[in-house]
This record gives sequence, C-alpha cells and structure tokens, in this order.
Amino acid sequence: MAENKTLTFALMDPPFENARSTTAFRLLDIAAKRGYNINVFAYEGAVSLPFALQEAHPNAVHGRDVEEENHPLPRKYIAALMQSAADNGGTLDWVNCGLCVDERGMGEAIEGVRRGSPADFWAFAEGSDNTLVIPTK
Amino acid sequence: MKVLNVIATAYRATLEEQDDTVVWLSHAMKGAGADLDVLLRGSAVNYAVKGQDAAGLRFGDEPQTQPPQLAGDLSSLMEKGVTVYVMDDDLQARGIQRDELISGLEHISRDDVVGVLDRYDQVWHW
Repeated sequence: MAENKTLTFALMDPPFENARSTTAFRLLDIAAKRGYNINVFAYEGAVSLPFALQEAHPNAVHGRDVEEENHPLPRKYIAALMQSAADNGGTLDWVNCGLCVDERGMGEAIEGVRRGSPADFWAFAEGSDNTLVIPTK
Repeated sequence: MKVLNVIATAYRATLEEQDDTVVWLSHAMKGAGADLDVLLRGSAVNYAVKGQDAAGLRFGDEPQTQPPQLAGDLSSLMEKGVTVYVMDDDLQARGIQRDELISGLEHISRDDVVGVLDRYDQVWHW
C-alpha cells in the first residue's frame, strides 16, 4: 500500500468572515477521508477557528431555538475533522501561531490543537508532499 | 430616519452564519423598529435567484443542518415592508434573467441610483 500523503495547509482567516474558511474545511475533509496526514498552521485570525469557548446561539430572525438553529461552530468542525482523519488512518496536526494567539486572547483551544511558531510551519512544509497557503484578502 | 443598506459582497461566510449577515442585520433592525430598505448590487444580486440549495455540507460527522436560505430571507424581509432593490446592470452582467428571481423586487438601473439614494437620510454601503 502506498504511504499516506502528507499535506500542509496554512490558514489565515478568522471564522464567520468569509467563504475561504469553509473552502479550507472542505479541502481538509477530503484529505481526511483519504487518510492523508494533514498539517495545519493557523496564522493570524485563523487561530480563532479552534477556540474552545465558541458557543451556538438561538436565532430569533430565523425563528429557531438553539437546538433547531444548530449554528455551525468551527471548533466542532475541527474536532470532527481530527476524528475523521484518525478513523481513516491519517492524522490532523493543528498548530496555532502562539504570538497570534496571545494578541487575540485565543489561548483556550480545543483538545488536539498545539501552540507553535513559524518554525513549525517550516517543518510542516519540509515534511510534506505539498503545501497550500489560503491567505486572507 | 430612513436608511438604505447597500449589499455588494455576497456569499461571505453565509455557510458558517447560515444567512447573509447584512440581510440578517436588516431583519433584526426592522424588527426593532428601524425604517430601512436594501439595495443588492454587484455579486449580491445573486441572492435574489430562486432555487439556490446549499444543503449537504458536512465535515467528518458534523453536518450543517440549517443551510442558508438567502432568497427566502429576502422574501421575508419584503413581507416585513422592506423594499429590496436589485441592480439590473449587475444582473445582466451575470446573465441572470428576471424570471430566475424571486418576486417583489424593485429593479433599478445605474442611472436610477442617484435618485434612489436621495430618498434616504443615510446610506450604509456594506
């Protein structure tokens, strides 16, 4: 069996701001389902994606309570992607840029998210078959 | 005070938010008593197209269960008494025909814009 591919993604966008975050999650989902080893370096606003204190809310405009609204939470998506990667024989190693975390007070991340630095991104890229940067605009 | 919300950027986190945040804001402010209308221009004219279906998004075992209903949100905004203008020039540039759109829209051209803006005390361009 061929060795699993390793892919690195650099993300920059915060949650709930644009469609790039959703696109990034869709790419991660495909890679996880294929059993790839996935590295994510979350830079700038993207360190908010796995913030552990994200909470769903009801939506009076939609006329739905909190359960019906089932508001998307990136932290839950990331946890699901980590589980999907593991279920399919791969990994999802998520590193948050530590200085970006400090600037934004985003220190409370979900389990499995590591604090790191640009050196981790470099190491990720060196050990990967390819790297995709999804920058903010 | 009467305000015009001009929406020019479309599909910006609509899957995460399950709506367009400025359309949502318009709903919420209208519900709070605001007198406002909406103008769709640029890529946002696509919000008025019928039959959009964003269902089926799933990451691992986490499905999105309430995909955005953008055209429906505009229709319900009009039902609340909000006028929703749509820029014909931007529809034509995208090849969108009128019969593809929800009903109740006020169609304007670029030549009409100044006159429309003049009806409002404030214009908020999002």
